[in-house]
Amino acid sequence: MGSDEAYNFVFKVVLIGESGVGKSNLLSRFTKNEFNHDSRTTIGVEFSTRTVQLNGFYIKAQIWDTAGLERYRAITSAYYRGAVGALLVYDITKHLTYESVERWLKELYDHADPHIVVMLVGNKTDLESERSVPTEEAKDFAEKKGLLFLETSALQSTNVEAAFNKVLEEIHKKVNSKEVVRGSINAVTLNSSRAESQEEEKKPCCKNI
Amino acid sequence: MATDNRINFWRRNTKVPGSVQPVYGAQHPPLDPRLRRTYPKDTKPKFNNLKSKKACSFHEFACSTNDAWDIDDEEDDNFCGTPFSASFTPSGQDLTSVHNQQLRHQTGETEPVLPHILTPPRDEGHNSQRDDGSECERVNGKFVKSSSDADLNTTSVRSSLQKQQSLPVRPIIPLVARISDQNASGAPPMTVREKSRLDKFKQLLASPNTDLAITEELRKHSWSGIPREVRPITWRLLSGYLPANKERRELVLKRKREEYFGFIEQYYHSRTDEHYKDTYRQIHIDIPRTNPLIPLFQQPAVQEVFERILFIWAIRHPASGYVQGINDLVTPFFVVFLSEFVILILAEDVENFDVAALPLETQRNIEADSFWCMSKLLDGIQDNYTFAQPGIQNKVKALEELVSRIDVDIHNHFKKYEVEYLQFAFRWMNNLLMRELPLRCTIRLWDTYQAEAEGFSHFHLYVCAAFLIEWRKEILCMVDFQSLLMLLQNLPTIHWGNEEVGLLLAEAYRLKYMFADAPNHYKR
Repeated sequence: MGSDEAYNFVFKVVLIGESGVGKSNLLSRFTKNEFNHDSRTTIGVEFSTRTVQLNGFYIKAQIWDTAGLERYRAITSAYYRGAVGALLVYDITKHLTYESVERWLKELYDHADPHIVVMLVGNKTDLESERSVPTEEAKDFAEKKGLLFLETSALQSTNVEAAFNKVLEEIHKKVNSKEVVRGSINAVTLNSSRAESQEEEKKPCCKNI
Repeated sequence: MATDNRINFWRRNTKVPGSVQPVYGAQHPPLDPRLRRTYPKDTKPKFNNLKSKKACSFHEFACSTNDAWDIDDEEDDNFCGTPFSASFTPSGQDLTSVHNQQLRHQTGETEPVLPHILTPPRDEGHNSQRDDGSECERVNGKFVKSSSDADLNTTSVRSSLQKQQSLPVRPIIPLVARISDQNASGAPPMTVREKSRLDKFKQLLASPNTDLAITEELRKHSWSGIPREVRPITWRLLSGYLPANKERRELVLKRKREEYFGFIEQYYHSRTDEHYKDTYRQIHIDIPRTNPLIPLFQQPAVQEVFERILFIWAIRHPASGYVQGINDLVTPFFVVFLSEFVILILAEDVENFDVAALPLETQRNIEADSFWCMSKLLDGIQDNYTFAQPGIQNKVKALEELVSRIDVDIHNHFKKYEVEYLQFAFRWMNNLLMRELPLRCTIRLWDTYQAEAEGFSHFHLYVCAAFLIEWRKEILCMVDFQSLLMLLQNLPTIHWGNEEVGLLLAEAYRLKYMFADAPNHYKR
């Protein structure tokens, strides 16, 4: 790697979904391998990172977590800006949180890049006995809407890595296939317009390791 | 008068705790220039030259110098036991009987807000005469001035004062610990200065004068921190909940408490109604996540109190409803009002106190008082929580503007790495820094916020600015967006106490003094 940075890409990923579904613990499980029974309500935005290796590239996942409460939309646009991936989380034991998914999708597409990679995540599979959202139903919905889908347990650490890695992989695919505009130093944005320096920009990225 | 005694005392006794210089302009009210002490070496020297232009009095720096030296930051840990009958009771009863009475009755029969913390004397009281003729009691080797003419053992006083001059070693402490005078080992009994401050407060509180001027006096003294023992009543007074007029107090309290429980009867059952169930559900899942590390708040009785308070408040304030963050604002009131009843003799502390053990009437009073005081607080900042939270947006912008003027390095550093103030300061405004500080620091902070006019909305801005600049070295060391943001969202304040908060407030005051009148500041 030619640069001082220990990563090739920075992908901004946002966690969205109803209050209490487990977004914060998905974040802490992925970035710190921690599950916190004593976590507090998320206020504003919280932020954590983890660098993963994908197909030989080092990718820094910049993951944003925010409060699920709808009232809390004071900083919405700032939150979504530059996001290239999203995990839309619901709680498999609370059907209401699944019912809100459509609304969250709408908000997402209203504020974020249309090419954003979205995964529907059914969290809390450790509470299987209290399940109120059938896997198949959610899976079908995701397919219909063109979303990725996985069920996870932040508590047991089930599928958490898989979920984030899948999203990051898909983002990386898109980044490789489309023109990439390195907008700001803290995010990679997907852009459908052709950039003049496209060829030049791609070379250094692909060349290194 | 008490001041004069204090000044005389300082002049005679060279072995004063700490050796701190008065810091003009760093405290409000302003310092009494007659008191001279050298400042602790780690304080920013620039304070020393700032003079106050205000005519109104500054509080003696003496009242807060103990912040710099005390092992336990709590200024007025009261470890004096019953022989120390300087604790005022308007009816002239001594401490023990008042306390017992309170325990038994818990009604409005006695002075409803009389502090009556009962602590055992750690040693037997040892009395000796002081040079200046007034007599003081020695408790546990520390000098304590009391109005009961006890004597002072001068040698033991000197040695204990000498001990105080060494820098404190900070143990790991639980979040609320310093609030509740732990009479376990490690917590020193009251210092002279603490004792005089407490006396001053008690004097003001016991004043038969129902003049508003007394409340103003109280406000001025509160700015530098309120002695623990009198914090419950002082907070009630400063918030405007308890009327200044003493004769009206009992009546008003009774009325307000009844009114609150009237709301409960009227509205609480409707939390399952279609219209309110979302509000209730949100509150219900937030309460267990409010103070998860403090055992007190895991008690069902306490969680129910919080649910009721927040639900009633939310439905009575439909312009904002319940917003996450408001749940945190109940906590300091609840803890402070509860602390009045924490029985220290059993080595209990607020954090682990079993609320259900209190008489029901007491529990209800704490709940009602917390509701009303929290309501008053929120009245001043409600636009923080209305739709789109304009109050917070404005305050964050104001913070950015202020920082761009007071620390251009920090400001440019943020710009360079594309850190937006909203990304870290939102929480500072939404939760009044409660997420960035241990609870004990919040409580100390709120002494000053309630002493200030518009403290929670206006002075808070300067505290945030001072807080940010506090970390400038660490901030400037971070050279990418990620590490900057993670620093700003995880500032290391876990060991903070009154000392750090005191310095923060001094700096905030200085900033306010410099910038509050500048019109440019509010241009946006």
